[in-house]
Amino acid sequence: MGKRVSLFVTCLVDQLFPKVGMAMAAVLERLGYQLDFPENQTCCGQPAFNSGYRAEARAVARHFLDTFERSECIVVPSGSCTAMVTRHFAELFHKDPAALERVHALEKRIWEFATFLTEVARVEDVGARLDDVVTFHDGCHALRELGIADAPRRLLAQVRGLELREMEPAAECCGFGGTFAVKFAELSGAMARTRMEAILRTGARTVVSLDASCLMQLQGALSRAGASVRTMHLAEVLASR
Amino acid sequence: MSTEFERKIHETLADAKLQLAIYTATGRLKAKRVETVAPDVLLDYQELRAQAHAIKKHAIENLDHYLEEFERNVEAHGGKVAYCKDGTEVADFVLALAKERGARLIVKSKSMTTEEVDLNERLEHHGLESVETDLGEYILQLAHERPYHIVAPALHMTRYDVADLFARRLHIAREVVIEKQTAIARSVLRQKFLAADIGISGANFLVADSGAVVIVENEGNARLTTSAPRIHIVIAGIEKVIPRAQDLATFLKLLARSATGQPLSVYTSFLSGPRRTGEIDGPEEFHVVLLDNGRTRLLPDRGKRESLYCIRCGACLNACPVYRKIGGHSFPWVYSGPIGAILTPQFMGVAHEPALPFASSLCGACAEVCPVKIDIPKILLELRSEVKKSEAREKQHRLEKLAFRAFAWLMRHPRIYELAGRAAASMAPSEEGGWIRGVPGLMNIPPVRAWLSQRDLPPAPAKSFREMWRRR
Repeated sequence: MGKRVSLFVTCLVDQLFPKVGMAMAAVLERLGYQLDFPENQTCCGQPAFNSGYRAEARAVARHFLDTFERSECIVVPSGSCTAMVTRHFAELFHKDPAALERVHALEKRIWEFATFLTEVARVEDVGARLDDVVTFHDGCHALRELGIADAPRRLLAQVRGLELREMEPAAECCGFGGTFAVKFAELSGAMARTRMEAILRTGARTVVSLDASCLMQLQGALSRAGASVRTMHLAEVLASR
Repeated sequence: MSTEFERKIHETLADAKLQLAIYTATGRLKAKRVETVAPDVLLDYQELRAQAHAIKKHAIENLDHYLEEFERNVEAHGGKVAYCKDGTEVADFVLALAKERGARLIVKSKSMTTEEVDLNERLEHHGLESVETDLGEYILQLAHERPYHIVAPALHMTRYDVADLFARRLHIAREVVIEKQTAIARSVLRQKFLAADIGISGANFLVADSGAVVIVENEGNARLTTSAPRIHIVIAGIEKVIPRAQDLATFLKLLARSATGQPLSVYTSFLSGPRRTGEIDGPEEFHVVLLDNGRTRLLPDRGKRESLYCIRCGACLNACPVYRKIGGHSFPWVYSGPIGAILTPQFMGVAHEPALPFASSLCGACAEVCPVKIDIPKILLELRSEVKKSEAREKQHRLEKLAFRAFAWLMRHPRIYELAGRAAASMAPSEEGGWIRGVPGLMNIPPVRAWLSQRDLPPAPAKSFREMWRRR
């Protein structure tokens, strides 16, 4: 073992949910990875990109390219931020062949956390234990931009003491959408409440997802409604023992 | 955002009855689609989508060629083809023909293209009677409303709403049984069909190599519209042309499944020209009006012209968590839902409603169900960038622009980013108190206020990840 992995924890986890980053680090170390946290990292630029500010997004993306230039393998606790890099950086640099080459090289080195475990580390059982009934919320970007559906469920299936109950309807948006959540607050809130009802119908005590952003939206709505359901990032579940 | 757009969204969200109607109706269509495209029912669904996309791509990239081929073949069957650049030209065409032939009454089958150019209003303005014969469209015409949904135009109305409407507009006793309501509409419309001089229809496909106009429907009203009156006028967008009759094998498998979850619509009509010698029915005259109305403006952009692949199935509306909340009438033009959010800014200009491309969480459910694989989220993102470019010089948008410039600068200066993050965290309540319902000092910041209007905020952690990492 002793393989080296760089963490990109995302700005949201860095600033608001550091425990998610620590949990991800704990799981990776348990699997024998040597971790590195490039201190220059900040954000992938998605907030600017999704808001229509491409020049600003490009500047942040370039900083990202510089920061992770020497990282052989990057793991991210977010489907959305991973998709920004693997699906949208190329659009930002389509007129800059040199940068585009770096982007394409980066695309092959960056992994969303759950997929990294099942496809690179090739593990499903990370030795976790959590006595809980949980439901899994598919983040839209993880699901539809990266095609991630099975990996987190296979990982959850190996957690001792854990029961997974699927939501009906499955795979619907929580209504976060970045700046959408505040630009169209009332609409975003209504979407969150519809998702919340699906969560409550499962009877689960915990909602698990691959994205801290979806969980912030869902926890915000659950907390406002006075529901006792909590949210946990998959990394936190897998770090439990 | 225009206050009109904001107001309509708010009103729809606040109307519990309407919310239930939209959610139930779209949910039903959504579930039926899933059933009819399931792998055990339609094994090659994904291949069909790829094929449909490839055919549309080819047709749109060779539009001039296929339109001319279509035109030649229509004329070979005795039909006539006219090109119109906008709604005025379409109305002028119909008005001139009606005047020449002494026509007064028009029956219409469902067509989003004619909604686009407000054809009924234009014709009525000149003293012609134009009657919608699709049940949903007929209801909406009586109610003076525009379609709520591309496929199910009266989706927002319950049978009780229809009962009230019929009673008021047709001066009859209130009738709440759907079958009886249908019979009422039928008896009114049957007389119109028999008396009409002109039938106006849209088209689902224009087949270049045969000159056929293909129309799918469930009620049979389109078949009557196109065969009973002595003149039939087809009004179709130029993007409706497909190269070959055999391409229909792909599209007809996808269209009804995506739209209503039917393997096929009840009626699929192939119309090629007027009645020929020896035929017992069909119109004496057959005209096809090919409408641009902004479509050619989309052609130069390789990415955005994908919008013209749309076959108007409405699947993206039913799948869209935003449409299912704000409904059809919140949208600023005739096309609603995800496809409306990309067509409207391109047909009408981004200034028509600059907030429209932003009214999406970019969840991608639309692209997932699109039978011709239009990458709607990607086009929304491009339109967002266009909106910001067009707003760049306007005063009221300077603050946002400045904020994103500051964001980009901060994100390239990790040390200052860290300090700024800690400074912000020091102003927010700490972790012990749980999630936050209000933050006195920060409530004046609009995004914070907007967030807190609907949800609680996470408390600020004692340390950021990088601090924890350093000290571990």
